[in-house]
Amino acid sequence: MADEVILLDFWVSPFGQRCRIALLEKGISYEYSEQSLAQKSDLLLRSNPIHKKIPVLLHAGRPICESLIILEYIDETWSDKSPLLPFDNPYARSCARFWADYVDKKLFDSQTRLWKLKAGEADHEQAKRDMVETLQTLEKELGEKDYFGGDVFGFLDVVIVPFVAWFYAYERFGGFSVEEVCPRLVAWAKRCRERESVSKTISDPEKVYEFALYLKDKFGAK
Amino acid sequence: MASPAVKVIGTFDSPYSHRAEAALRLKGVPYEPILEDLRNKSELLLTHNPIHKKVPVLLHGNDRSIPESLVIVEYVDETFPGPTLLPADPLARATARFWARFIDDKCTKPFWLALWTEGEVQEKFIKETKENLKLLEGQLKGKRFFGGESIGYLDVAASGYAYWLDVLEEVAGVSLVAADEYPDLCRWGKDYVSDDRVKACLPEREKLVAYFMEVKGVFMTTARSMAAK
Repeated sequence: MADEVILLDFWVSPFGQRCRIALLEKGISYEYSEQSLAQKSDLLLRSNPIHKKIPVLLHAGRPICESLIILEYIDETWSDKSPLLPFDNPYARSCARFWADYVDKKLFDSQTRLWKLKAGEADHEQAKRDMVETLQTLEKELGEKDYFGGDVFGFLDVVIVPFVAWFYAYERFGGFSVEEVCPRLVAWAKRCRERESVSKTISDPEKVYEFALYLKDKFGAK
Repeated sequence: MASPAVKVIGTFDSPYSHRAEAALRLKGVPYEPILEDLRNKSELLLTHNPIHKKVPVLLHGNDRSIPESLVIVEYVDETFPGPTLLPADPLARATARFWARFIDDKCTKPFWLALWTEGEVQEKFIKETKENLKLLEGQLKGKRFFGGESIGYLDVAASGYAYWLDVLEEVAGVSLVAADEYPDLCRWGKDYVSDDRVKACLPEREKLVAYFMEVKGVFMTTARSMAAK
């Protein structure tokens, strides 16, 4: 079909989940295609030859790569409903983009070092400090607002919310309480989970922790 | 009533600062450049970019500060009237954004290391950089600019390779992009830097060469530890 939407994705990927949440928020029908990361399909390699990564959105056969770029594409293409970025406020848009970039630079990196490095080692302690600092920075940015964008669930909430399923893993690997570090962020996470698009999409925290343990066993520092 | 003042906190040598200024000049927006000394960061910079403490930062009026050069370019495009830097079509916009991110996330580090490391390590990064630049060149597809007939978002994002590239090649004594190997990219670079609005915010070549010569030793030392990671 000419306007067919397919999402090449991996079940636990927070980057893929961003796209799923956006598609649900906009009420877009699409085909979900689970990909193997160990044995990448021809379709994935053809669609994303540069990075060979998920998520990839295929719209009428044309690939769009990189989760933040996919979110803006979805927002601009299906602009009649549930805007993710406020269409009339360039400053609010740039703030959302700045913080999305911050999340991709800092949160995922700290998360990876938390499960990858050996507990007790100096670099693991640094990873824990970096994670706490990142969570506190996001907490400060959220402030007293209901959502990162203000009163309404939007772009930056979609960008960050898949990571809340990883909070339990951060606590297990980092030996700290996320609720103690960032109580407002935890309240925000609970608020977001009340949305169907979020609760249907983000992973079960236990399953995420098990997955992180599998990654640690396979790729972690020995 | 006068429109709110626009200022750019930047450094003369930074291609990222140039992106911010180029976007403003292409839109015909007057601004005040504020030169920052990164070895002695000002209160102004630390107040307006507390997270990354880097340049450029765009200040618009009294209450808007925008860091991150690509975020700045999109803000300028959306805020000020005039021909748009990003195309209208969502797929074309996604493509331009993808290649801008490719430049920042995939090209920059190997490019830097190709310049400042030595021996076999350097050879590896030179190879990677040449492949990356071939891919980028491929996006020109016979057009005058990445944006088509006129300079657009991706041209501004790629501007480091239009002007800084041969300055850095000269200082480092490395050849990465020869005209016969990269005819489209070299032609594009010349066209980009000859635009009057762009020329007005490019640093003077001799000054840039002199500055990079001065800090070359630091670049080589930091490159060694970057390459080891």
